[in-house]
This record gives sequence, C-alpha cells and structure tokens, in this order.
Amino acid sequence: MSERIPVAKTYKLYVGGAFIRSESGRTFTEKDAAGDLVGNICQASRKDLREALKKARAAQPGWAERTPFNRSQILFRVAEVLETRRGIFEELLVKVCGWSAVEAKADLDAAVDRTFWYAGWCDKFSQVLGGINPVGAPYFNFTLPDPQGVVCILSSRTSPILGLLSGILPAIVPGNTCVVVADNRAASITLELGEVLASSDVPGGVVNLLTGERAELLEHVAGHMDINAIAVFGGEAKDLASIQEGAAENIKRVREFDDPDPSAWRDRAQQSPYWIEKFCEWKTAWHPVGV
Amino acid sequence: MDGIDVKEIQPTSPGASEQSGAKGRTPVPELLFGDLWDYAPAPQNTSHVKIAPRYEHFIGGEFVAGTGYFSTLNPATEERLSEVPAADDEMVDRAVRAAREAFDKRWSKLPGSERGKVLYRIGRALQERSRELACLETMDNGKPIKESRDVDVPLAAAHFLYYAGWADKLDYALPGATVSPLGVCGQVIPWNFPLLMAAWKIAPALAAGNTVVLKPAETTPLTAALLTEIFQEAGVPPGVINIIFGAGASGAALVRHPDLNKVAFTGSTEVGRAIQRTLAGSKKRLTLELGGKGANIIFDDAPLDQAIEGVVEGIYFNQGHVCCAGSRLFVQENVLETVLRKLTHRLASLRVGDPLDKNTDVGAINSSEQLEKIRSYVDIGCAEGAQMHQLACELPDKGFFFRPTFFTNVVPAHRIAREEIFGPVLAIQTFRTPDEAVQKANNSPYGLSAGIWTDKGSKLFAMAKALHAGVIWGNTFNKFDPASPFGGFKESGFGREGGLHGLLPYMEVRG
Repeated sequence: MSERIPVAKTYKLYVGGAFIRSESGRTFTEKDAAGDLVGNICQASRKDLREALKKARAAQPGWAERTPFNRSQILFRVAEVLETRRGIFEELLVKVCGWSAVEAKADLDAAVDRTFWYAGWCDKFSQVLGGINPVGAPYFNFTLPDPQGVVCILSSRTSPILGLLSGILPAIVPGNTCVVVADNRAASITLELGEVLASSDVPGGVVNLLTGERAELLEHVAGHMDINAIAVFGGEAKDLASIQEGAAENIKRVREFDDPDPSAWRDRAQQSPYWIEKFCEWKTAWHPVGV
Repeated sequence: MDGIDVKEIQPTSPGASEQSGAKGRTPVPELLFGDLWDYAPAPQNTSHVKIAPRYEHFIGGEFVAGTGYFSTLNPATEERLSEVPAADDEMVDRAVRAAREAFDKRWSKLPGSERGKVLYRIGRALQERSRELACLETMDNGKPIKESRDVDVPLAAAHFLYYAGWADKLDYALPGATVSPLGVCGQVIPWNFPLLMAAWKIAPALAAGNTVVLKPAETTPLTAALLTEIFQEAGVPPGVINIIFGAGASGAALVRHPDLNKVAFTGSTEVGRAIQRTLAGSKKRLTLELGGKGANIIFDDAPLDQAIEGVVEGIYFNQGHVCCAGSRLFVQENVLETVLRKLTHRLASLRVGDPLDKNTDVGAINSSEQLEKIRSYVDIGCAEGAQMHQLACELPDKGFFFRPTFFTNVVPAHRIAREEIFGPVLAIQTFRTPDEAVQKANNSPYGLSAGIWTDKGSKLFAMAKALHAGVIWGNTFNKFDPASPFGGFKESGFGREGGLHGLLPYMEVRG
C-alpha cells in the first residue's frame, strides 16, 4: 500500500470573518525547523491593511454594544475551542519554531488559561477600574470605560500564539475591534488562530489577522486616520519613533509593550486588567441630584 | 462688520421678564425701569494685591534671574502689570536638574504621609490667600472676579487638598498593582485657567511622588508667580516644584529636555500634535488635554429655562475660553423657536465689561491675538452664510472685549461649527431624532465634552452612552470637581486629570 499524501493547506489572511488571499497576490514561504515547506503564506499589503481596518471599523459598534456578559461568553468559547484544537498549535511550535514538546505544551496551557482569564474580565473590569466620584456638590457623578475604537496591534515576534493572544485579548475585552500585523517565525500559527476565532462565535471583523512584514506596513499603520490606538510589542527605537510621529497626526494612543522571550510570556505579569485600561477611554458623566 | 446683517440684541435692565409666547395667555408686560433700575458699579478692591515690577524663575527653591524679559498686560485695561523672563535651553536644563536632584535626594524618599502634608499646606495657603489670588487672576487673565473668586481659586485649593489625601493611600488606588513615581515631569499649561491648571498639574504629580517643572502661559504668569511664594511659605522642599516662564519656545525647550520622565500638556490640538511628534522615540510618558468643540443637545422635553442657563454657562463662562465649552448647540427642531426666544432674552441681561466688577458676567478676552482670532471666525461665519446674533452692549473704551454672539442657520460644514473658536461664539444647529443628534454631535475630530438636556432618564443614559466625549453633562454644564476625572476622546487628547484616574498618568503601574 502506497503512503498517503496529506492535503496541504493554503494559509490565508483572516479579515472580516473570511479567509482571503492578499489582494497583492504576494506570498512568502514558511519552512519548518528541518527546512521542509509548511506553506506559502499570504503577505498582506497596504491595501489589505486598509480593507481590514474598514472591516474592523464596521464591526466595532456591534461588538461594543453587546452586553459585557455576552462578550465574556464568546471569549470563554474561544478558550474552549483553543483547548480542543491546541494540538495543531503545539505541533507547529515544535515543527516550525523548534521548541520542545514540553515548552509547546506549557505555552498552550498558558494560552488557554490566559484566554479564560481575560474572558471573565469583560463584565468585571469596569467595576474595578471605574466608579462613582464623590464630588463636592449635589451631583451624581460616575466614570465608566468606553472602548477606544479600532486598535492596530503589531504583535509579538517571539511568542507566536501566547504573545499574539496577550495583545488581542486586552484590546477586545472592552469592546474594541482590532487588526493584527503579525511578523514572526510562524505565520501559520497566526492564521490557525483565525480558524479558532471563526469557530468561536467571535463576530467577523472583531479580530482581523494579517501576516506580513511589520517594517513594510508600519508607516501605513502610523499614518492611517481611522485607527484609534496602536499597540506595539517589542519595537526597535527607530520604529517606535516613526509610529509616534505618524500617530500624532490624529492623536492616536500608542501603547508600547515589551516582547520578552517565550518563557517569560507565560509569566502572570504578562496579563493585567491595567492592560485592558490601556485600550479604554474614561467617560465621566454628571447629573444633578434634587427634587 | 460693514455690510454684514447682524441681528442685534438690545440689553435689558435687570429683572425684566420674558415675553411669553404661549397662546391664549395675556402677555406679561415688560417692566420698564429705564435708568432707574441699573446695577451700580461694584468694583472689587485690589489694594491688598501687591504686584512686583518683575518676577523671576523659581528653580531649586530660589528665584533665579533670567533673560528676555517680557511684559504681561491686564487685558481689560491694556496696562502693563509686570514682567517675567523667558526661559532658554540653559534655564530649562537648570530647572530640570533641580527637579531631578530633588526627586533623587528628597521627594521620592519622603513617605507619602509627609508628601500629603506638604500638599495640604499648599491647599490651605491657597484658601488663606484666596481673594488676593482671585484678584490677581482676574487682572492678569481678564475673567470676571465672580468666576476667579467662586470657581478658579476654590477649585485650585480643593485639588491640592484632594490629592493631599491620596499621597499616603497609593497602595490602595489600583487593586493588585504596585505603583511607583515616574520621576521628573515637564508641564505646560494654558492661559484660560492659569491657577487652576497649575493645580491640576502639580497636585497629582506631587501626590504620586514626582517632581515638576511647570511653565505657565506667556500671557498669564502672575498667579504662578504668586504660587512660588506660597510654595516657599508651605515649606515645599527645594526643587520639588520649579516654575519657569516664557512663551512657546520655552515650552518646546522644556518638553524636548532629555531628562524628563513625563510630559503633561494642556492647550491647543495643534501644539499637542507637535509635542507628540517631539516626544516620538523617547521613553517619556505623555498626557494631552487639547481642544474641543463640545455639543450641547436640547431635546423638546427638556426643562428649557434650565437648559438656557446651561447654554449660557456652556459658552459664555470665562468668555468661552474653555476647552470643554458647549460651542455647538443642537436644538430639537420643534422647540427651536422657543429656545431662540429664551436665549435672546437671557443674552440681553448678560453684563459685559470690567472683570473686577462683581456684577460682570463676561469679562475681557485674554489677549489682542485671541480677540483677532474670534473676530476672524465671526467674519467667516457671516461669509459662510450663517446668521449672526449679537448683544448690542456698550464696551469699555480700552481693553480686549467681545460681545456675546450666537449664530443660527449653521450647517455642519461651516467652519464655525467645526473649529475651536475659544471665544463667546455659539453655533446653533437643529436635529429631529436622537440618532441624528448623536450623529451630528459625534461628527467632530474632537471628543472632550457634551451636554444633554432632557427630562427623560432613559434617553439621557442612551445619549450619554452614545456620545464620544470624555465628560458628559446631563442637565447641567461646565461642572468641575477634583474628584471627577476630566479629559478627552479622539483629538481632544489622552489621559485624565482629577479623581483616581488623574493619578494614573503619574505612576508606574506593575501588576
């Protein structure tokens, strides 16, 4: 009996809930640690970025208007689905990134647990971080978080799944939508996450995943006028400078994060309600009290 | 204003009643008291305010002579009040070094309980010298004495007292987190609330354990100069608060100084943008409190008389020199006529003139440059086809004054409906449905403030949720409190001042 030939997967970008090829038709080759072909991966262009941002903008009000409880249910579902599909991520971490099986398992343990952890924050963080302000006059005054809108995430380059999720989750918990530009050793892992999200009731457009070159897209991200915030993981000084410079045009919020080595990403210090806070606007409302 | 059709609003004597528009009722006759029933002058005595002919930079607890002295004027009389130096790079460096030394050697080592007492002393001293500060603020800025006396100075003192209480409770501010100060903060503040903005900047920074270098605006340096005396009296350790004077160039020199850990700026979006660019690639933290074009929305079920008071408070308070001013009024179409009648009547009783008169409602425009800017916007509004309405009141012979003004027949594309004028000029538009109101209100690059007037609670909450603004006033406007966070969405800046959230930009948060 001859050996069976497996069906090869075409790795496509995940935009607006659909798996699409880059409009540019460009691909790059991903090889595993042994040098064998994993796939031809779509390389996102400036136009792909613009289209993804449109999808993110269109999806944002709907995502924010869902009840916090509903958002948390959806993110819990992501944790469920990730748990059952963890095998493919562990396999790719070993095969493509050359990690040991033990490391890969630890990473997926942390990724599932972190997703579960953030899921529960959706309907809690506003109570912990917002509040009623005791003003010195007869007014009822409270401060609550609003989402910033559309966040562009230049994701971790060291930690393909846990680092990626650690950027996405705090951004979408308060009702933002996001476009991720992933540029790391294992683009296949980024796009596998798209399949997890697509089958977890996360509405299309809430998370959009682009694989490509950060350096190529950076200036377009910085200068785009319909992005509210940019999250940068592990940028070089000159990249951070050019992001801030472009961001000033419409006063984008730029959030800079470290990009530690993979094992440090598993540390609990890499998850925080104060990361959610970085993707919030605080809205304070006043009303007179009296009869 | 030749050739421009202006609907003039004749000033009325105090106590005149509004002509009722309701059908089937006998109109209440306007009571005519003529000249017999006008306000007598009620000037605030300023003999206890001693203004030195010259003030110096305050660096390391000492007064340091500088260069490039320039005058500061009383905008209501155009008389020269005093002069201050303009800090150059070298002076900025000296101030930052003093702040760094104070941070390393003293302030960061002082327990929060002791820092709190220093802040408390400052707050108390502000209260003790409140009338002196209010007079000086009014003389240097042009705002009515009743505002500096009843709003600016008490709020400034309250800010110090509020944050005094935070200094020893930082461990409880953010659950699960450990916090530490950032270091040296460079702070640049505007001329519209000179003392209050200094308090907003200094109090949370010091409470969190930072030291500061603050630059007041070039047209309003005097209350900051008086503050330096208060800091000395209050025993603020040398170098913890440094004040340097100067215009934009001095501010630019400050924010680009390499040894700052944080920059906080309040002012125009244009300058904020430049600062964000200047800081690009540095590790300095930044908060920006920038411009606005606040929407004030009146529904047909609103308590209209209160709403009119809110409109007046929203745009004519502080001559409209307020970043969160309600400069765009949206009126539900079916009550437009009533609202315009009531607004016209209310405007007629505004008293414009001597800021030191206790009965003055609208004082002097802060500078001739600002007056020119306001005038040019009014010309633009007329040229674009909006209908101008203006109070036809007498103005003092000298000084920079502008008559309270509003525009009707405004469309969203008009520049007076989009750009921040920073003066007593209101642009009135209409809407039919709540959705339309939200859409029009949010159609702005700014997102600082919004007002909603309705008697229906559910509608108010729905609007408050939908509006993209950092401060929402429901059935009120332009209210401030040290416990209440303030700051904008979108191009109105980022970061909050006031309340617990006002501490965040001044702390390193771990956890």
